[in-house]
Amino acid sequence: MTMELDAAAIDQWYVIESSEDLPKGKARRTRLLGRSVVATREADGTLAVEEKSAEGRSLRALPVQERYGYVWTTLGTPARALFEMPEFEENGRRLVICGVVTVRTSPARIVENFLDLSHFPFVHTNVLGAEPLTEVTPYKAELDETSGELWVTDCGFYQPQAMAASSGGAQVDYTYRVPQPFSSVLYKSSPGKEGAFDLVGLFAQPLEETLCDVHCFMLVYDETTSDEELIQFQQGIFLQDRIILENQRPSRLPLNPRAETPSPADTSSIQYRRWLRGQGLRFGVQ
Amino acid sequence: MQLYDYILSGSCYKVRLFLNILGLDYEKIPVDFYPGRAHRKPDYLALNPLGQIPLLRDGDVLLRDAQAILVYLASEYDKGGTWYPNKPATRGRVAMWLAFAGGEIMAASAARLHDLLNYPGDIASLRAAAHAAFLVLDDHLAEQELRGQDWVAGPDPTVADIACFPYVALSNDGGIARDEYPAIERWLVRVMRLPGFVDMPGILVPWQGEGSLVEGAA
Repeated sequence: MTMELDAAAIDQWYVIESSEDLPKGKARRTRLLGRSVVATREADGTLAVEEKSAEGRSLRALPVQERYGYVWTTLGTPARALFEMPEFEENGRRLVICGVVTVRTSPARIVENFLDLSHFPFVHTNVLGAEPLTEVTPYKAELDETSGELWVTDCGFYQPQAMAASSGGAQVDYTYRVPQPFSSVLYKSSPGKEGAFDLVGLFAQPLEETLCDVHCFMLVYDETTSDEELIQFQQGIFLQDRIILENQRPSRLPLNPRAETPSPADTSSIQYRRWLRGQGLRFGVQ
Repeated sequence: MQLYDYILSGSCYKVRLFLNILGLDYEKIPVDFYPGRAHRKPDYLALNPLGQIPLLRDGDVLLRDAQAILVYLASEYDKGGTWYPNKPATRGRVAMWLAFAGGEIMAASAARLHDLLNYPGDIASLRAAAHAAFLVLDDHLAEQELRGQDWVAGPDPTVADIACFPYVALSNDGGIARDEYPAIERWLVRVMRLPGFVDMPGILVPWQGEGSLVEGAA
């Protein structure tokens, strides 16, 4: 039985694989929104994605595009083109694909946690935060009417080790961009280039309503830190989040404003949930 | 001293934890275990033909296998001689539980790799095997408590405790709950209270963040 999917979930582009993990002649079978999909790169480099039945029969060819180091597909008909990240064109940046981690929770929980500043000192102790500097200073979370994206701006936080290349603690400026419900990009002060921002991107691929593969990349100005160090830094942070995420109940993100009692530090969460509700999202929420 | 290390590896963490307890300085050489699978590439296989992490280099000494590394570090650097005691019966027990740490408990590691990084494996049988191992450990630790002994191999912590700790403490990552193992839970907390203890991602230290949460509530 295949569940009915709401337009807000189905009409989105989703990452299903990193480009580097789909070399010529390789196929990857995965799940997307509870459906079986297979991505194949032929020997001549042609890329194709198919939806399969539970028995493995081909049902239909799906749209596919390759951008930002990833293979993207959709089960629906997205109203907008895939969001632009002009930073990928900037000279001097390095793209590091940080792998895929499976997490037993809904995609909305994963993105909500990514946007949350208040957990840094408690979950990422001595890396992204430290006691007693636990205060979340006021910040903004707003819908950009033109793009339809959610932006969280004016975030500042003291971080003992903001990035792998950081040599010590620093006050770090953060901006979060949520271009689509289950994708988010973080812009944070770059330790490698004064006044510039490094990107940390998170793309949740919902396998099922409460099971996700989470793809993560970094796009950084950093000429000193090795790929290995950058990847381990990012994976370490994400695994600290994973154990918290898997213990959050309910696993589906509650969108009813009366479900929880928020504090001012939860502004990003409140706005994210409101934004999802406004889109009529049903998948992985309640 | 150099440790070929991967942050998410419980086996590497055994060594990081013990190096910290002993207060030893070392250099971490990050191995891109995932997604790069660097441990299966020629450069690394030349150092360890088994393609496993961790690997420790200390001068002329090059060692693979977390348990072997713990034994070496204790023998070379623990001047008190308590972490790898030379009393024959105790040493025998330490060796027995080191083998358990590198053997039966590794089912919990395989379950974790399955759930975390999509490694192949029959998850139901891996979890069942881990539960069977945890039951043995829990029974043993409960008996130790009745003898007035807090640790796996005797009255003092040894390298056997360090070797057994990580994949038990990380079991939730692989969908293995520990509700049924009260003696294990008490022992985990004792390990976390050891001077020099450090955690790794995926291990919840019960009192971490406690201080300021209480302050914040006041």
